[in-house]
Amino acid sequence: MADSTLFVAVELAGTGVHPASWRRADSRAEDLFTGGYWVDAVTTAEHAGVDAAFLPDSFALQPGGPGVTRGRLDAVAVAARVAAATHGIGLLPQAAVTHTEPFHLSKAIASLDFASLGRAGWEVTVSESTAAAKAFGRKDVQDPESLWHEADEAIEVVSRLWDSWEDDAEIRDVPTGRFIDRDKLHYIDFAGDNFSVKGPSITPRSPQGQPIVAVRATDPASTAVAVRRADLIRISAASPAAARARREDLRTALRAADRDPDTVRVLLDLDIHLADSVAAAATEVLELDQWAAPASAPRAGTAPLRHLGTTSGLWRLLDEIAADRIADGVVLRPLAAQPALARLAELGRNPLTASTFRHRLGLPRPLSRYATAPSN
Amino acid sequence: MTPRKQVHLAAHFPGVNNTTVWADPDSKSQIDFSSFAHLARTAERGLFDFFFLAEGLRLREHRDRIHDLDVVGRPDTFTVLNALAGVTEKLGLAGTINTTFNEPFELAKQFASLDHLSGGRAAWNAVTSSDAFTGENFRRGGYLEHSQRYQRAAEVVQATRALWDSWPDDALVVDRAAGVFAHDVPETQVRTSQFDITGRFVLPPSPQGYPVQLQAGDSDDGREFGAATADAIFTGHGTLEAGQRFYADLKGRLAKYGRTPDELKILPAATFVLGDTEADAHDRARHIRLQQVGPQTAIAFLEQVWGRDLSGYDPDGPLPEVEPADNVDITRGRVRHAKDPRAVAQAWRAKAEAENLTIRELIIEVTARQQFVGTPAQVAAQIDEHVQADAADGFILVPHLTPGGLDEFVDRVVPELQERGSFRTEYTGSTLRDHLGLRPPRTAHRSTAHEGARAS
Repeated sequence: MADSTLFVAVELAGTGVHPASWRRADSRAEDLFTGGYWVDAVTTAEHAGVDAAFLPDSFALQPGGPGVTRGRLDAVAVAARVAAATHGIGLLPQAAVTHTEPFHLSKAIASLDFASLGRAGWEVTVSESTAAAKAFGRKDVQDPESLWHEADEAIEVVSRLWDSWEDDAEIRDVPTGRFIDRDKLHYIDFAGDNFSVKGPSITPRSPQGQPIVAVRATDPASTAVAVRRADLIRISAASPAAARARREDLRTALRAADRDPDTVRVLLDLDIHLADSVAAAATEVLELDQWAAPASAPRAGTAPLRHLGTTSGLWRLLDEIAADRIADGVVLRPLAAQPALARLAELGRNPLTASTFRHRLGLPRPLSRYATAPSN
Repeated sequence: MTPRKQVHLAAHFPGVNNTTVWADPDSKSQIDFSSFAHLARTAERGLFDFFFLAEGLRLREHRDRIHDLDVVGRPDTFTVLNALAGVTEKLGLAGTINTTFNEPFELAKQFASLDHLSGGRAAWNAVTSSDAFTGENFRRGGYLEHSQRYQRAAEVVQATRALWDSWPDDALVVDRAAGVFAHDVPETQVRTSQFDITGRFVLPPSPQGYPVQLQAGDSDDGREFGAATADAIFTGHGTLEAGQRFYADLKGRLAKYGRTPDELKILPAATFVLGDTEADAHDRARHIRLQQVGPQTAIAFLEQVWGRDLSGYDPDGPLPEVEPADNVDITRGRVRHAKDPRAVAQAWRAKAEAENLTIRELIIEVTARQQFVGTPAQVAAQIDEHVQADAADGFILVPHLTPGGLDEFVDRVVPELQERGSFRTEYTGSTLRDHLGLRPPRTAHRSTAHEGARAS
């Protein structure tokens, strides 16, 4: 590829983003809830040189009736399950903060970072649906401003907890009998509108210090949080030109927020279906659409860019995205996971060599905000 | 001849406490995944039933400061167990998860995910939080009254089971030709004193239906709750006589819940020390206890009862003459030792005087738990004796070294137990319920207790 700095992730949603993708003969739908399915999917992506895997999640069952894929495993669980089977790929489970405790999320993602030797990320999401609110029965459904204000606070809590142990807190000092230097553990004492959390974390600082945070910028509320907090900002756009304009807007906003835009990657969603020819791809997608109708309702929000065609066509598109600064990377979303995964190796990307996800993104490992002196 | 009663063994990861001898040169990280993987693989090599992981939600404090003498720092239970599912094939994966600071729908999804991803190896030790101190890390806070915490625990179990039961057994179809992935999933409603949940659960029935339920309470209420709902009880009653009394009591409570004695396994926690000779083993045991209860740790234990600063006392000298303070809780984040500090102090003084013990020696005595000490053949005989005499169905072993503390046991004691005909020579099933000899739970529950939760 002309510009190898383009970041290429894949989003693995069940048997594919298309709700009828399970009906393909090659879908492995029977295995969807097994560890083997997910290990195979993520290791295949890793071997194809994909930089990271996004794992979607939700507390709501998929709508659409008996004809669509229903059910989903906990995304952090899936990421942990595949951690030991993979060695280079970044693992980005979605986890919603609306009903979950930030203390739990903080240790879950930090532990994923330990289990993957520094490859953990977290896509922060919110639970917009009434269904999720009723499934918890703890509070009412919230509007976007309220949801993302809460998410903003949750990220702050999690981020402080990740820093609450300095890197060299464990000392094992036999003469004094001390296992830790408690002066290197810190109460975070966060008090906000949604949480008050004392800290410190029970989990020591993880290999990356701060795992990678991703946020999908879909509306003003989520965009504001993404600009303030994300390492990876996901966008959806109807055309390459719209994506390029969106990226420029985000970079302006990042500068205004006193952040270096070159330390944040804007990732463009790209729905894909790969086949031997453009015509074959179109025929196969038509088959998926016919299976799905009339069960699936049109998706809300911007319909993402699509590439339905050959792998070499995708290669040219990625080249164009890199060359024209349309985005800093893409999130490939296979309409049907198995055929796409089988062909991704044809992109000819180099195997992953970076030791941590941060390293792969060219980001330094941050010092704990509470550290008083540089670590040894 | 009737076959010998079979011993069940599980491995406890030595986490945050003074069991772990962290000063030993062979003591490695308590947080790196490689340590968990090593212990779990060793347990699986030894054909153990399960790996057990405890949980902490707030760092322990002593005299208003973070306790710094014992091992501190542990990972998230679910994340570690799911990751271990990737490096083991048969071993059960058991975790303590608190019912006070988690919500039923999320817990149900997390445990069902672990059970699916591990192929039916999940177990849940459901506990309640000890105090508002822990609550300071959660938005729920610490407002829940003590009595309500147990009510909430029971309702969390009820709600998670209702959710796990909510997909009919034949709901997942995957019929490509007919275009049916899954039949409609009915809405589950759970309305209890603390929950008002209405939702469609997100996963089909997992291999075990429910995770294996572990329970650890020892009060009368706790024993009753265990008899009604638990698959295995995790106890401290490790000595032969105390074990037999507890065992008979628990198994005797099962009939009123329509359960048979083999539906509940009694698994006390126990440590072990091996040696080439009996004398060698006892020497090693003594050395390990001295490492576990160092001078500073001995004073800290004493301060837990006395409720005051005793740092001026010599750990190798006599117990303090000063009386304990009343109702001063100077250790937070761990179950308190003494309900009546003055009575405990009196008893400890009497014991120290009678046996001529220093502070440190006394603490070593009074904090000891069931320990099997001897040659591998002797330790196998002791364990077997407890099981054959109905003092236990097996043990949850707590090694004193991370992560290699189980290696010698698996290499040397397991073959002795196998030779006695008391321990499996291969896994005969693939789920944890198989290992424990438990029936699949779903059918029984679906027709009885849990209809109420769904219909209410």
